[in-house]
Amino acid sequence: MNTAGTTGNAATGSVLIAHEVGLHARPSVKLTKLAKSFASKIELGLSEAGPWIDAKSIVKVMAFKAAKGSTLHFRADGGDAAAAIAALVDLVRRDFDEGHGDG
Amino acid sequence: MAELRLHGRPASPGLAFSKLFVLPDRSSEAAQQPSGDAAAEAGRLRRAIAQAVQELEAVSQAAAEDAREILEFQIAMLSDEALSEPALASIAEGEGASASWAAALDAQIADYESAGDEYFRARAADLQDLRDRVLNALSGRGTEAVPAGTVLVARDLQPSRFLGIAWGEGSAIALAAGSPTSHVALLARARGIPMVVGLGADVLHVASGEDAMLDGESGTLVISPDAQTETSARKRNADFSRRREMAAAYALKPAAMPGGERVAVMINAAGPEELQPLDASMCDGIGLVRSEFLFHDGAHLPDEDAQYKAYRRILDWAGDRPVTIRTLDAGGDKPVKGLTLDDEGNPFLGTRGIRLSLLKPEVFRVQLRALCRAAIHGNLKIMLPMVAVPRDLESARAHLDAVVAELQVAGVAHKRPALGIMVEVPAAAIAIDRFDADFYSIGSNDLIQYVMAAARDIATLADYADAADPAVLSLIARTVAHGRQTGREVSLCGDAASDPAIVPHLLQAGLRALSVSAASVGLVKAAIAGALPG
Repeated sequence: MNTAGTTGNAATGSVLIAHEVGLHARPSVKLTKLAKSFASKIELGLSEAGPWIDAKSIVKVMAFKAAKGSTLHFRADGGDAAAAIAALVDLVRRDFDEGHGDG
Repeated sequence: MAELRLHGRPASPGLAFSKLFVLPDRSSEAAQQPSGDAAAEAGRLRRAIAQAVQELEAVSQAAAEDAREILEFQIAMLSDEALSEPALASIAEGEGASASWAAALDAQIADYESAGDEYFRARAADLQDLRDRVLNALSGRGTEAVPAGTVLVARDLQPSRFLGIAWGEGSAIALAAGSPTSHVALLARARGIPMVVGLGADVLHVASGEDAMLDGESGTLVISPDAQTETSARKRNADFSRRREMAAAYALKPAAMPGGERVAVMINAAGPEELQPLDASMCDGIGLVRSEFLFHDGAHLPDEDAQYKAYRRILDWAGDRPVTIRTLDAGGDKPVKGLTLDDEGNPFLGTRGIRLSLLKPEVFRVQLRALCRAAIHGNLKIMLPMVAVPRDLESARAHLDAVVAELQVAGVAHKRPALGIMVEVPAAAIAIDRFDADFYSIGSNDLIQYVMAAARDIATLADYADAADPAVLSLIARTVAHGRQTGREVSLCGDAASDPAIVPHLLQAGLRALSVSAASVGLVKAAIAGALPG
């Protein structure tokens, strides 16, 4: 389940988490690091209706406690919004480049 | 001093003999007097956080790859302003830096501790680590050195603290709280340091310098072990590496006795998370799922969907192997706040297991519905705990009938699972022919304590808890014989099956299906094959 859309400087995308233990410590580090590499404001939600949190804050991302099987929704606003969404959705789809892990 | 035995959960295997070293609990220490100057306090906190980040970076540079990933997570959390925001807000209102930071982190820690998922719960230790590191930086005090080669006793242990300790021969970790899925447990396993968690607050009252034995395989800490305990444990220790090799050699093979007769070796599980790192081909199924993992103190009871999803994850892991899920076995030594009755003088003989479920049908039926819905995804069986008389089984069966009918009418996909009983009350074992269940599973822990009239949680009565006692074995043999005559499967789930020394007695009593802790599978298979020394 991957969707993406763009309007003006805003972009959205969603992707299903397949990682065994969900959006856990290592995946959250990777996700927030990647988000921080873009200038756009990037937000993360567990549903299209929000609530939305700052995808660059690991404290807030971890506080979501998103389990395996949750769908992550991203929305970005800024010059590199579309590229940011594409990169983040891709990271989750690649299972954070780690397959099984329990850290 | 007589030996004192404490039981916890195994977190990292291995055996250690050394002296205890009790780590003082810092969380309750009085905070420093605030200066009264908000800007100064905010500055102190920012400098302390920066110092803590630097310390973690220094530890990280010297650390191995697995440790570095954990530290990177901690550094990212500590560098995130969202972590210090609530503390800075409270400093602006006149609180001191230490008190504000402790309160902000304690709120985060409490949030993680209440998580339904054990992996997220285990992150509370990471947050405690960050809390204490910054508090130490604020107070300017160093962390006390842990002598090498001691059994470290603490409430919980934080990863960066673990990495700062010089572990050596004889080192081990004994925690009052903690989790086998914590970062520290991961590190302890990788470094071969024996570790036991969940020993309870009693362990914090021991004195540094006492002799102790920690057995990370069985999850036991023995303080002042007597000569006999020490001799038998030292002998096991000498066998340890040999046993580890044997266990590894047998772990993934089907179990068979020397004559070639197959024995089913299943595993016990307390939730889907702990199964994830395991390879399902190691076992012949799951003989016991303790559904209590879904019911945490203080949290609201899990709804049908949450239960269905959890059961389904377990079935997905097992593939077509059988998965026996025990209905809620609360009460006794497993109270659940808001559910179990807390005014009973002897909870082991009280309203526990199926008795509680029949008293709270609104809770029981939600679980049965979730189980019937999950059953379409694999080979699920339902097992009832603490059945003493046939009407326990019949009443539960009536609830199951009703639930199946409801699902049918509502057009919800479901399947009626086999309904079996745990044989753990002596009344059930003695008159087993009265119980028209689809299968029997002997719960040896409770069966032993009820047959011997010796409570499991009284350390000085531990000698009575002998699975090889003739009275216990005769009840096991009786149940097996009735199962054979009537074509019902009989298995045993309980600590007795995980003990390689007891396994031959169980096979002798006729058992051909055992459900053991995942960590014991290799050893138990080696014991079944008659391949273990001594």
